[in-house]
Amino acid sequence: MADPTAVTMTVNGQQRRALVEPRKTLADFLREDCALTGTHLGCEHGVCGACTVLLDGEAVRACLLFAVQAEGGDVTTVEGLTPPDGGLSPIQEAFREAHGLQCGFCTPGFIVSVTAFLRDNPSPTDDEIREGLSGNLCRCTGYQGIVNAVRLASGRE
Amino acid sequence: MTAGARFVGQRVARREDARFLTGRGQYVDDLTLPGTLHVAFARSDVARGRITSVDTTAAAAVPGVVAVLVASDLDRLTGEHFVDGESPDLGYTRPFCVLADGDVRFVGDPMAMVVAESRYIAEDAVDALDIVVDPEDPVIDPGRALEDGAPLVHPGSSSNLLYELPGGDTGPFDDAIASAPVVVTETFRQHRYATVPLETRGILASWDPGAGELSVWTSTQGPHGARLYLARLLGIDDSQVRVVMPDVGGSFGLKMHPSREEIAVVLATRILGRPVKWIQDRRENLMSDHHAREDDVTMTVAVDDEGTILALKAEFVESCGAYPAAFSSATPFTTMIFPGPYRVPACAASARTVHTNTAGRGSYRGPWMIETVGREQVLDRVAARLGMDPLDLRRRNVIGEHELPYALPTGVFYDQMTAAATLEQAAELIGYEHLREQQKAWRAEGRLVGIGVSLLAEPSAMAFGWMATDGATVRIGPNGRADVLTSAAGHGQSLETTIAQVVADELGIDVSHVRVLQGDTDAAPTGPGTGGSRSAVIAGGAAQQAALEVRTRMIAIAANELEASPGDLEIVDGHIHVVGTPARGVTVADVARKAYYEPSNLPAGQAPGLEGHARYTPGSPVTWSNACHICQVEVDRETGKVGILRYVVSEDCGVMINPNVVEGQIAGGVVQGIGGVLYEHMAYDDAGNPLTTTFMDYLLPTATEVPVIEYGHIETP
Repeated sequence: MADPTAVTMTVNGQQRRALVEPRKTLADFLREDCALTGTHLGCEHGVCGACTVLLDGEAVRACLLFAVQAEGGDVTTVEGLTPPDGGLSPIQEAFREAHGLQCGFCTPGFIVSVTAFLRDNPSPTDDEIREGLSGNLCRCTGYQGIVNAVRLASGRE
Repeated sequence: MTAGARFVGQRVARREDARFLTGRGQYVDDLTLPGTLHVAFARSDVARGRITSVDTTAAAAVPGVVAVLVASDLDRLTGEHFVDGESPDLGYTRPFCVLADGDVRFVGDPMAMVVAESRYIAEDAVDALDIVVDPEDPVIDPGRALEDGAPLVHPGSSSNLLYELPGGDTGPFDDAIASAPVVVTETFRQHRYATVPLETRGILASWDPGAGELSVWTSTQGPHGARLYLARLLGIDDSQVRVVMPDVGGSFGLKMHPSREEIAVVLATRILGRPVKWIQDRRENLMSDHHAREDDVTMTVAVDDEGTILALKAEFVESCGAYPAAFSSATPFTTMIFPGPYRVPACAASARTVHTNTAGRGSYRGPWMIETVGREQVLDRVAARLGMDPLDLRRRNVIGEHELPYALPTGVFYDQMTAAATLEQAAELIGYEHLREQQKAWRAEGRLVGIGVSLLAEPSAMAFGWMATDGATVRIGPNGRADVLTSAAGHGQSLETTIAQVVADELGIDVSHVRVLQGDTDAAPTGPGTGGSRSAVIAGGAAQQAALEVRTRMIAIAANELEASPGDLEIVDGHIHVVGTPARGVTVADVARKAYYEPSNLPAGQAPGLEGHARYTPGSPVTWSNACHICQVEVDRETGKVGILRYVVSEDCGVMINPNVVEGQIAGGVVQGIGGVLYEHMAYDDAGNPLTTTFMDYLLPTATEVPVIEYGHIETP
C-alpha cells in the first residue's frame, strides 16, 4: 500500500481535493470521497458501462481509471447532467417516456454515454444508436425502450 | 357504483424513474453507517479437496484488518438455517454450511472472511491468508455423478442424488405408446447460465449489542423472508430483526434468500458489534453465486398419422451443484407442466436432481424452462417426420377455449387458456405464410433461414404455503393523499407505478397522489416478496381490496354529508359527488379531515380515520398465463453467426395494468433468453475450473445483438 497522494479535479463544476491511495479508482473516489453514488459499479473490469462518466468531455469507465489519473481533469457524473431545478434533462425525460429503464442500476451509465453520443451525433440512424449503446449493458429492458428513448431524445436535442 | 378505470390500462410513466435517472436511487452500496467495516472472502481455487491447514496470522497482521473469521468462529452462532416452507419435517432438505469446514466442494467455495476498515485492505489480507487444500478428483458432469463409484460431492452421503421424482403410474402412457403409429424420442440439453443482475448481491448489517437488535439493508427480493430466516439463524426474536430492501438493481430469482456470504456478514456483525458491509464483485457473482439451467430432458412423444398427440413422456436430469438454493429444483414443476398448452391424453414423467462439484443451482427466471425447450423441439421433430408444418401441428393439438376447463393427466388444471389465440395472433403479426414462402426462396439462393414457433403455459401468481398471500394497507391522510404499504418487493418490475395505478382507480384520485411504500419489515405487511410471478396479481389484489375498503368508507361519509344514497355517488379526480352532478360535492381531503378530526360527526357505525387493510389470496394455487413466440433467424454460412431477423411475442397476462411495463418485462425476458441460447455460457473445465468469470468471457447481449421485438396482446380478465 503506497502513501496517499493529493488529487485535485473538477467534479460537476466544483473543485474537489482529497488524499487518496494511488490505487483508488476514479469510481470509488467519486462514490466515497465526493459522495456521488449515482456512478454505479457493475463489473469493475470495464465492460458493463454502469460507471461511465465524462472526463474532459469524453465518456470513460470510471472503474478503469485511478483517481490520480484524473488529476486536474473535469469530470461530469450523472448528477452533473441533471438540471439544478430538480427536473430532468431532455435525455432523462426521453428515457422516462420510452420506458427505457426498469431496475435503474445501469441507467446512470446509459444517460452519460447517450449524452456524449448525441452530442457527437445528434441525428443518428437506428443502427448507429444501437452501436452507440453497445458499450453499456442492461439486463432488464432488452434495450427496446432504451433504443426508443435515444431516438426520441435525438429529435429533441 | 364501481370504480372507473382511468389509470389501469394506460402507459403511465413510472413514479420510480426520476430518482434512477438522476443518480439518486439508493442501492445497498450507496448506504453506509458510521464505523462500517468491509469484507472480502477467501475462496477455494480447487473444485474438491481437504483443507489441511489454515494460518491466519499474516492476514490478521495487515494494518486495518479487524478480524479474520473461519467456519468454527461462525458455526457456534448458527442456529436453524431453513427458509420458510423448507424444513426437514416437509422432507425438503439440502446441504448447508456458512464457510467451508474441513473440505471444499466447488471452485469459489468460501473458506474464510476478512473484515477490515476498507475493501481494499480486506482483499490485501485475503492474499496474505495461508490456507492449504489437498486437491481430490471432482465430479462435474451430472451423468458421471450418478455413476457407481463417482466421487461424492458431500462426504458421508450415500450418493450424489439429491432428489428423485419416480414418476408414478406409467400404464396409460405405456398402453398409448405401444399402439401408436409414430413415436419420437430425443434428448434436449440446456447449458449452464449464470444469473446476472447488473447490481450484484450486497448487504450492510449492523448488530446493536445494547439493544440486542439486528438491522440489515440488503439487495433482496424478499425482506420479510430474510428477517424470519435471520431471526431463526441467530436464535433471536423476530422483533429484534429489521430488514430493509433498498433499491435493488435486478435479481431474476438470484436474491430470493440470503446467501452463505450474506449470512456470514450477519454473523460477523453479531460477533464484532460494528456495521459490516459486503458487496459481491462480478467475479464472485459469476464464479460462486447460484447458477441456472444445466439440465436435460428426454422427451418421448407418440402421435397418430395426422399428428394428434397420443402420449408424452419426459425424463429430467438437473445439476444442482454443491449447495443449491432453497426451492431451486425445477422438477416439482417440470414434471407437472411439461405437456404445456396441448391436449395430451396420457403422460409419464420422472426427474433426478444431482450434486456436482460446481456452484449451486438457483431459481433463475423461468427455472422450469427445460420443459418448454424439450417439448417444443420434439414437436418440431414430429412435424418433420410427418412432413407437416410446425404451426399446423400445434394448431391441431393446442387446447381450444371451447374445451375449458381442461385437466391434464399430470394434475394441471386449466380454467383459462388462450394459447390457441396467441398462436393465431403471433402468426398473423409475423406474416407466417409469407415467411414460409420467403424461406423457400431464400433457401433456394443458399441462405440458411429458419422459423421457430413455440407455445408455452406459464404458472404464475403462485399461492400456496409460505407464498399463499400478500397484504396491503391503504391510508388516505388528512390532505387527501394516499400511501400504500405493500408486502411486494419490487426491484425493476415497476410496482411503485402499477400498484399506484390500481389504487388510484379504486380511490378515484390522481395516480400522482398515491405513494407506494415497500421493503422495510418495520413498516410493510409481511409477505414472501417477489417470486413465482406473483406481485401484480396477488400484491395488486391486496392493494385493490384495501383501497376498496377505504373507498367504501369515503363514500359512506360523503353520502351522509351530501344527504345522498351511497350508490349514487362517484369519485372523480378526488371529488365525491352524485353521478352527473359534479357541482355539488365534497373532496377526498374534506372527507379525510372529517374522518380524522371530527370522529363524533361521522355516520353511525363509521370508525375514525381512513385506513384499509387487506390480505389477498387468489382462488387457485396457480394463475395460468400463456404465450406464443415466433422468430425468423438466419445462420451465416461462413461464420456460423446466428442473426434474428424477426421476433414476435403474443401473450396473455390477463388485464394489463400498464402496457409499457408488460412489454418491458417481455423484452427483458426475451433478451435474457437470446443471451442464454446464443451468448451466455457458464462453462467449467473437467477439473471444475469455471472458465467464464468476467464479462469478457461470459457474454451478455448488447443493443447490437438484439432484434426489434414485436408484441401482440390477448387480454383475458
